[in-house]
Amino acid sequence: MSFIFDSCVMFFSLVIFFGGGWVFFLKKLFRDYEVQHWVVLLIFSVTFALSCTMFELIIFEILGVLDSSSRYFHWKLELYVTLFTEIVVLPFYIAYFTVSNIQMLPQARYIRVLLTFVAWCGSMYFFWKIGDPFPILSPKHGILSIEQCIGRIGVIGVTIMAVLSGFGAVNYPYTCMSYFVRPVSDADIQSLEKRLMQTMDMIVMKKKRIAMAKRDSLLHSGANKEQRSIWSMVKSFTCTDNVSVLKEETRALEELSRQLFLESVDLHNEQERKEYLKTFKGKYFNLLGHFFSVYCVWKIFMATINIVFDRVGKVDPVTRGIEIAVDYLGIQFDVRFWSQHISFWLVGIIIVTSIRGLLITLTKFFYAIASSKSSNIIVLCLAQIMGMYFVSCVLLMRMNMPIEYRSIITEVLGDLKFNFYHRWFDVIFLISALSSIGFLYMAHKQSPLETEVKGYTT
Amino acid sequence: MAAIDKVRIVVVGDAGVGKTSLVHLISHNEPISHPYWTIGCSVEVKLHEYKAGTPEEKLYFVELWDVGGWSAHKNSRNIFYNSVHGIVLVHDLTNRKSQQNLRKWLSEILNRDSRSQSDEGEYDAEQFAGSSIPIVVVGTKLDLVQPINEKGNNLRLSSIADECGADEINLDCKHVRHLAAGTSNAVRLSRFFDKVIQHRFHSKDSTVCELYVFV
Repeated sequence: MSFIFDSCVMFFSLVIFFGGGWVFFLKKLFRDYEVQHWVVLLIFSVTFALSCTMFELIIFEILGVLDSSSRYFHWKLELYVTLFTEIVVLPFYIAYFTVSNIQMLPQARYIRVLLTFVAWCGSMYFFWKIGDPFPILSPKHGILSIEQCIGRIGVIGVTIMAVLSGFGAVNYPYTCMSYFVRPVSDADIQSLEKRLMQTMDMIVMKKKRIAMAKRDSLLHSGANKEQRSIWSMVKSFTCTDNVSVLKEETRALEELSRQLFLESVDLHNEQERKEYLKTFKGKYFNLLGHFFSVYCVWKIFMATINIVFDRVGKVDPVTRGIEIAVDYLGIQFDVRFWSQHISFWLVGIIIVTSIRGLLITLTKFFYAIASSKSSNIIVLCLAQIMGMYFVSCVLLMRMNMPIEYRSIITEVLGDLKFNFYHRWFDVIFLISALSSIGFLYMAHKQSPLETEVKGYTT
Repeated sequence: MAAIDKVRIVVVGDAGVGKTSLVHLISHNEPISHPYWTIGCSVEVKLHEYKAGTPEEKLYFVELWDVGGWSAHKNSRNIFYNSVHGIVLVHDLTNRKSQQNLRKWLSEILNRDSRSQSDEGEYDAEQFAGSSIPIVVVGTKLDLVQPINEKGNNLRLSSIADECGADEINLDCKHVRHLAAGTSNAVRLSRFFDKVIQHRFHSKDSTVCELYVFV
């Protein structure tokens, strides 16, 4: 009886998350595109709903809601369906849409399906090969067990998580803090725009000359059809010579206009950032940026320590915090009660910020690279990344929960070497953070404002 | 060349609808071979005979300013909208959202002078009536839509064309025959150019009010 009730609750929440994913897809991702293949929307919403219900099950675990055995059953069910979507359904549809997009292949339906199947088998092979260099294979497991699949998905997902975290940890202080905003005045922007318009006017003038030359040569060749004298041939030769020279010059000027335009976009963005920092919201995020940058430095430091000293945290932050409070500060309180509540809040915040952060990143990424032809493929790739990301989130979150709540994850995900994933996260996080620092440093140094200033002084 | 007057027409629309292909087709009478994403603005020039075939025939330069449609570049596009004499709104016939976004494009051009533009600036019909810049609405990628709408002319006329009283052209930028001399598309296009030139130079003698009939 309670099992049916629990299943109803899970199904209801699944439907809510499905609706959420649907709305997000239509309103945010596909803001500028028409949905022509409803299956894409369906798959995206299903992936999103499955991931969210997995997180919901973690919260239920901490709060002790629902029956323990039904929780376990739903965990297994969610996991199997998610794995099936990630490994079978999504790659198949990605391959199908990619094959449909390539113009050169014949577009008959059965050929498309056949090629899709071939591509899918290829991707399966590579997926399997990914697991070879990592300590996933354990003699206890068979070749086609769940742990193999989760292990591989975990590796890919943890890599993505670490890259995004590393970049985000460095980029967030950089964008939020006023220390990094370059001074841009209206006069700078206006002088750049004037240069841009002058370049455009020069391009227009040259194109007019090309058009007039073409028109003249057309008229001349029409009139002198009968009398092809040497003089008219020489004139037409120099004409085409002139035209090709003009075309070369026009191409160079067009390249220059593109550069100037991109610099103008940069300057406008800097000015907008400066104005945003003057607002109340901007000041608040500026302050937050200072704290966050300290946290990021600490995190990079900890990652280095973990790798150098081969340290693996055994105790989660909640229990350790309570230990410190009890031992050093002498505060006496009901450990079990507080442990449950603090875990709930900590895990809840981590989940919400992960989901929100990932969706915002995916949206930005989608706007940057999508076009009307590739929108379906890109959104399916993003759904795949999202699924893998959330599965690895669950995997890594195990470390943040007290032992009594960890057991369900350990049971469901099987006997994986969790310590390996944490070490892998630290390594990739460190690499990503350091390379982002280097990259942002170079971009900052090569800003158009710096070159402008240099140009005026030389 | 210095004696020939010019008019400036700006070509706008979402990224990827085919503005660069359209502009290339109009100005060079051949389809573009390798279209790239337009960064900033690319200009093409066409020599147009105003009122061809009448005693008042005169040669004009029509400058077509093809503005890149990326939303990330929105804050820097305003300088291209200065002293514009005609507007070409381009949308993709396979993507209805690009047609709905034409309102935002029109309001972006008409509101270019206000610094604090809201992101979702809506186009105001009264604002447009005040400026009376000639407009034409072009739908591209007709070849991708035609197999679906085989029962005659099922393409819905865009509401923005209705509201502005603008002409509408639907074509496929990969084939010259859509703009060949004598086709209804070519006639409408040259009528639009005439309207722009008339609006710019001869606004005193525009007493005849023409009714445009959609086919």
